[in-house]
Amino acid sequence: MGKTFKTIDEAIIRFAGDSGDGMQLTGGRFTETTAILGNDLNTLPDFPAEIRAPAGSLAGVSAFQIKFSSRNTHTPGEQPDVLVAMNPAALKVHRKELIPGGTMIINTDAFTKKNLSFAGYESNPMEDGSLDDYFTLIPVEMNKMVTAACEGLDLSPKLVGRTKNFFALGILFYMYDRPLDTTEGWLKKKFAGKDDIIEANTRALNAGYNFGDTTELFMSRFKVEKASLPPGTYRNINGNFATSLGLLAAAEKSGLSLFYGGYPITPASDILHTLASWKHLGVQTFQAEDEIAGVSSVIGAAFTGNLAVTATSGPGIALKGEALGLAVITELPLVVVNVQRGGPSTGLPTKTEQSDLNQALYGRNGEAPMPVIAAATPGDCFFAAFEACRIALKYMTPVMFLSDGYLANGSEPWKIPDVDELEPIEVSFSDRPNANGDYLPYLRNEETLARHWAIPGTPGLEHRVGGIEKAENTGHVSYDPENHHKMVKLRQEKVDRIQNDIPETEVFGENHGDLLILSWGGTYGACRSAVETMQEEGLGVSHVHLRWISPLPKDLGEILIHFKNVLVPEINLGQLLRLIRAEYLVDAQGLNLVRGRPIGAGTIIETVKKILG
Amino acid sequence: MSDLQSPQLTKKDFESDQAVRWCPGCGDYAVLAQAQKNMPTFGRKREEFVFVSGIGCSSRFPYYMNTYGFHSIHGRALAIATGVKIANPDLSVWVVTGDGDSLSIGGNHFIHALRRNMDINILLFNNRIYGLTKGQYSPTSEIGKVTKASPFGSIDNPLNPPSLALGAQATFVARTIDRWQKHMAEMLARSYEHDGGSFIEIYQNCNIFNDGAYEEYTGAEKLDNVIELKHGKPMLFANNTKGIKLEGSTVMVLDIEKHGVDDILVHDETNLDLAHIIANWTSRPELPEPIGVIYSIDKVTYNQGMIDQINRAKEIKGSVSVQDLLNTGDTWVVE
Repeated sequence: MGKTFKTIDEAIIRFAGDSGDGMQLTGGRFTETTAILGNDLNTLPDFPAEIRAPAGSLAGVSAFQIKFSSRNTHTPGEQPDVLVAMNPAALKVHRKELIPGGTMIINTDAFTKKNLSFAGYESNPMEDGSLDDYFTLIPVEMNKMVTAACEGLDLSPKLVGRTKNFFALGILFYMYDRPLDTTEGWLKKKFAGKDDIIEANTRALNAGYNFGDTTELFMSRFKVEKASLPPGTYRNINGNFATSLGLLAAAEKSGLSLFYGGYPITPASDILHTLASWKHLGVQTFQAEDEIAGVSSVIGAAFTGNLAVTATSGPGIALKGEALGLAVITELPLVVVNVQRGGPSTGLPTKTEQSDLNQALYGRNGEAPMPVIAAATPGDCFFAAFEACRIALKYMTPVMFLSDGYLANGSEPWKIPDVDELEPIEVSFSDRPNANGDYLPYLRNEETLARHWAIPGTPGLEHRVGGIEKAENTGHVSYDPENHHKMVKLRQEKVDRIQNDIPETEVFGENHGDLLILSWGGTYGACRSAVETMQEEGLGVSHVHLRWISPLPKDLGEILIHFKNVLVPEINLGQLLRLIRAEYLVDAQGLNLVRGRPIGAGTIIETVKKILG
Repeated sequence: MSDLQSPQLTKKDFESDQAVRWCPGCGDYAVLAQAQKNMPTFGRKREEFVFVSGIGCSSRFPYYMNTYGFHSIHGRALAIATGVKIANPDLSVWVVTGDGDSLSIGGNHFIHALRRNMDINILLFNNRIYGLTKGQYSPTSEIGKVTKASPFGSIDNPLNPPSLALGAQATFVARTIDRWQKHMAEMLARSYEHDGGSFIEIYQNCNIFNDGAYEEYTGAEKLDNVIELKHGKPMLFANNTKGIKLEGSTVMVLDIEKHGVDDILVHDETNLDLAHIIANWTSRPELPEPIGVIYSIDKVTYNQGMIDQINRAKEIKGSVSVQDLLNTGDTWVVE
């Protein structure tokens, strides 16, 4: 032992390597252990769209960042304290983001002539001194180390080499004083029946830990104490899994069967995968032939009385647009999840962006209003998905739920909700005629304007719906000008009335002041962090985070006018910003960075300070 | 799903209160009449029928059926019907579509619904023209078709719908003609009885934009150009004066008076190779137009597959609550 412990509030570490090096898995294991230890944390997986770009290439670098803390944390952080670089390309891509003086753990065995030139290095940065002044270098011959550790096992050198990520993980576990047992248990489960693989990875993990202990390259270890989280049972959760659970919980609380129809697309596919694995709970998943079939099947299932859901990303929403208009005019309840990614077109499939807000609000022909809700954090995806279902069913409308690549793949400790405590979702199918012996499918609930819902199989209520304009109440085809005007306004009014279901807007901080940060979706964490920091410094900055963007909350306009400045940070060119300016005539400003990555809290603070002079 | 308690339904029970708006003389009327007349004979409750359509003249069909109905968007009827059928496999789901709707804009859904053996009845009204957009050539229009969109004649090759359906792994493929009312009734019943995706191509005359497209099968000379397929029966046509012989892979027409019936091919609905051969006759002017059930086999449906899978998953994994799922993985307690 012999090394001293230093207690710190938080740490940011980043694992970077080739796509084949298992960096996402390594990050995931570190996260799981850290979550169980009781730290608050946020993660940022960052991987290429290519499944396996050429080994050692810059394009093939995959990374995973985690910030863990003894305080509440809202973001995966910006500059890491520790960078694990498994090859020259990973070093090249990520070194500039490491905090000056930070620690670099480098697998020197990967620094071959070939890999160096592949990464564009003319000389070996480990030898030419270019890193020495800025960082604490910990060169490790990982391939040699794991080869020695796995001696005697009947495994090919290739398979042994693959354990080096667990070696790196072992070093990090040592540095931050984390136990190995969770990972060892996980290995046994994951590779059940493959004893050699379990043994090799377990040995690599322990060898890494012991290397940390014996090497003299760094002198101290770090302790990050438990965060004080509200009492409860916790798990670590990412956004896509939370979304899937939220949908399932909504099915349970509404008493409806869950039907999911969709087409695989990054970064939404995990929702399909997860729901498909829940057949034993009666979940029906349909992998359609294309995006249009995905949403169309969902419309059919909604007509038939299921809780009907599809999930996709921006390009998929573009394809679903016409069908969503059909859902609007037939007034059927369905939930459309958009896990946003970089666009336009194929754009940046594995990177995050908030650039589909306009598409969500306006991306259909005709006046086709659709409620739009957005999740704030990975765990919040559960509640946002649940709420999207509740509103869809209550108001008989398609609802767009916006998640994004960062929320979908990022994770955080999550207090597991009690299903019994979730509010029931009331659904009542029509079971008898509603107008003097006739059934009028477009007769409405006076309060919500939701139309009545009779499902096939119900005797005596046979009726037709469709995409042609409907006559009020009867739903018959109507080309009458006055009727059309009335129906257009009715459909809008119905969405507007959802305002009555939106709780009062919470202002974090004073309800007046120099500047209000107004955010929506996945930028919540960075904005909240930035505002907390600035409030500690005594700045008159407050924060409002929107859950519903359509309709906007009733009280928002009144809140905005009590601030001298309004700043809207978004990972787009100002889509909410323009809506806010148009809706409330306030001179709001944007902070718009569209790099496929979360906006950092530091950037927000800088911008605010510039505005406040 | 028959209900012996309920009074016998009649054609009237299946007529909605909506005025039919097809052009006078349109072949669609004949199909509507047969559907309204035959559905009551299937012994199923009216509320269990769902008619789904896309866009086009024929797609107005659901409005005229007093059943559950969905007039959707162009090309997507099959995808919507798929959702209906999965959500409630007890329903009898019918898709009414046209050659443009199901073979052009909706071509993808057509092949995939058949491939999956989704238990849906598909009625394809093939008039070989775009009617509702006023007369452009369709994916089944003959090459050289002169229309407003092809003033010098179309240069596209037409699709052969039964061949396409067979290629897509359909388990029931049939063809009928709007004017063959009795035959159509028979095909509708066969389609209803078929457990799995069933496809009926209906030769339907558009008397406004493509009048007489099927005159050669429906006019006075029809018997010479048409063969009515019957399972287990020799393939005779032209008033039994001609028959089909298969020699190797070559199809030939024999004069019965000269050759007798011994060498005449016997129709077997369950023979896929034969079905492919028969479907191809449409593009062979020297061979008669095949009408009737070209192919029909039993195969597990998508819907049954889904039910079986869910039951199996429940057996293997046992009863799991939503709360159990929430608590999966590593959890820890904060006091």
